[in-house]
Amino acid sequence: MKLTGAQIFVESLVKENVEIMFGIPGGALLPVFDVLYEAPIRFILTRHEQGAAHMADGYARATGKVGVCIATSGPGATNLTTGLATANMDSVSIVAFTGQVATHLVGNDAFQEADTTGVTRSITKHNYLVKDVKELARTIKEAFHIARTGRPGPVLVDLPVDVQRDSCEFVYPRAVEIRSYRPKYEGHPQQIKKAVDLIRQAERPVIYAGGGVIISGASGELKELARITQSPVTLTLMGMGAFPQDSELFLGMLGMHGTYFANQAMQNSDLIVAIGARFDDRITGRLDAFAPKAKIVHIDIDPTSISKNVKVDVPIVGDAKNVLREINKLLEKSKLTNLDKRKKWEKQISEWKKENPLTYEKDEKLRPQFVVEKIYEVTKGKAIVTTEVGQNQMWAQQFYKYNYPRQFISSGGLGTMGFGFPAAIGAKLGKPDKIVFDIAGDGSFQMNIQELATAVNNRVGVKVAILNNGYLGMVRQWQQLFYKKRYSGTNLSPNPDFVKIAEAYGASGMRVSEKDEVEDALRKAISIEGPVILDFQVEREENVFPMVPAGARLDEVIRGLA
Amino acid sequence: MKHTISVLVENKPGVLARISGLFSARGFNIDSLAVGETEQHDISRMTIVVKGDEKILEQVMKQLNKLIDVIKVTDFVGQPCLERDLVLIKVNAGKGRRSEILEIVDIFRAKIVDVATNSMIVEMTGDEEKILALVNMLKPFGIKEMVRTGIVAMGRG
Repeated sequence: MKLTGAQIFVESLVKENVEIMFGIPGGALLPVFDVLYEAPIRFILTRHEQGAAHMADGYARATGKVGVCIATSGPGATNLTTGLATANMDSVSIVAFTGQVATHLVGNDAFQEADTTGVTRSITKHNYLVKDVKELARTIKEAFHIARTGRPGPVLVDLPVDVQRDSCEFVYPRAVEIRSYRPKYEGHPQQIKKAVDLIRQAERPVIYAGGGVIISGASGELKELARITQSPVTLTLMGMGAFPQDSELFLGMLGMHGTYFANQAMQNSDLIVAIGARFDDRITGRLDAFAPKAKIVHIDIDPTSISKNVKVDVPIVGDAKNVLREINKLLEKSKLTNLDKRKKWEKQISEWKKENPLTYEKDEKLRPQFVVEKIYEVTKGKAIVTTEVGQNQMWAQQFYKYNYPRQFISSGGLGTMGFGFPAAIGAKLGKPDKIVFDIAGDGSFQMNIQELATAVNNRVGVKVAILNNGYLGMVRQWQQLFYKKRYSGTNLSPNPDFVKIAEAYGASGMRVSEKDEVEDALRKAISIEGPVILDFQVEREENVFPMVPAGARLDEVIRGLA
Repeated sequence: MKHTISVLVENKPGVLARISGLFSARGFNIDSLAVGETEQHDISRMTIVVKGDEKILEQVMKQLNKLIDVIKVTDFVGQPCLERDLVLIKVNAGKGRRSEILEIVDIFRAKIVDVATNSMIVEMTGDEEKILALVNMLKPFGIKEMVRTGIVAMGRG
């Protein structure tokens, strides 16, 4: 049977088991939206295309499925780009569809035309411009395959409006065969053996794990590795939830705002086992002084991540789950050496932990860290937490304890302010039984505040906790520490009345300025079914500590204001 | 250090932009670039000559491999290979100087492919060194225009 391009598009999504799609229609998408009118796919109309991309992202991160978003040609497509770049940096499976002007007009500066594949080339894993309806089904099949395999990432498919109208025979391909794309899932046995030898002989080992562990579903294997070797584990921001935070072996996050003891452990270690993490500059600090005594084993599915920043002794290209399973198998069969020295290392680490725990001033003031701790308590540590970017993000990481994968959702690589709220909506739609909190800053929240309408109209009961300090707080902190308190361009106050804004959109709003009101407000927010905005009027000049200044050694820590 | 990199790619629109984008994003200048079909019409070969920091270049090679449309990447450094570049040189050749030029052309086993009253076009194929040598010899006559295809390379054996 012959189908139109628009019908093929929808049929293909159904074949890919797409349940939900986020976006905004437009002139270049009318044929597609006409078919969507009665398709078995839920369409969430957002208020800005950036919101759509972040919702697809939040949905993908919370569920492990592919997130789908759609936008029209020109401005619709360019509005998606921040969301695509965010997903690209954090390896999130998204397939984005964009309308495009008719093929005979492409390149003509037609109305609402942008070179979408050109613009998104460097911020997607791959992209396509479909010029013939006969190519459409295969292209969609490939797009989903590429988005979810190997190191996942966003894939964009640009659909000219005439291709949506043309028709051809529809056959959805059963398998994908791309000769130039064959991700490697199994680690090389020889390399695995070398890694096992190093792990057995180590005296001061540290496991450093990142988002790759969550993506490959390897947190069970990670726990096994830590248990067999009794090695301490530090996680990156992207890795939060991959290892239980209440474990004795857990060191917290490492890097710029990592714990003192995680960074000390890295700097003094003789073996770092890096798993699905990429040694980015927020992790290593000054590169030439990073972990000077350590040998490094690096497990990653993406060969470009290996030896990019830090020279690696044993590289293993492969899927974290497969590789760890092999490593654990070999380790179970062999004995660790240097047990007495490992004991000493454990003792040293627990001393560091005791000396410099993660803390803040506990007085009568309403401090943002306290709010995060309370959210943890009230949700019993079970909520999905998304964050914006800046101080709110770091406090959300430091003072909520994440114990299961896909629980913590944050823009790590790109650092996109405005991410958390739409991501929370996407996460809640994917995991409706979970309580979903966006821990937000007053600056970030205002960058996608329009999605309140999306949340209200679709009855998505996300809770937004604004840690409102009236500043672009993280930039202000840097200005305080490194630019003589010259708060240039960072003062947001007076902020709008967030409670009234919430109410105007049809959501609930609450303002909290006293410490003893926090718990009640949170409980009330959770009891309300719809979206709730909590405006926590926190201490204005609170800082995130500890902090390793940009470009400093990991152990050159600012622990607080003198 | 100079590297001659051979990249087998899918013969599709946009592939060249993806590849050149990887170099420009890291501030690499491409010294030369030649693209053409291979024995299979759906596969093209790009020969790229670049100079740059070894560590960054290693990263670029990995990134090239990662592109979905790239089938194979080979760096010819330290490998036996043939390199060829074709050059057309329009050189001033007024009366009385033609025989001198012809002599040089002869020694280099180049060809004269066009003659006009005041100029001639010389065509030659060779590796980088040979082309530079010819250019140096012709410079004193006055080179009016020059065009090169860029190096193409193939492993021996």
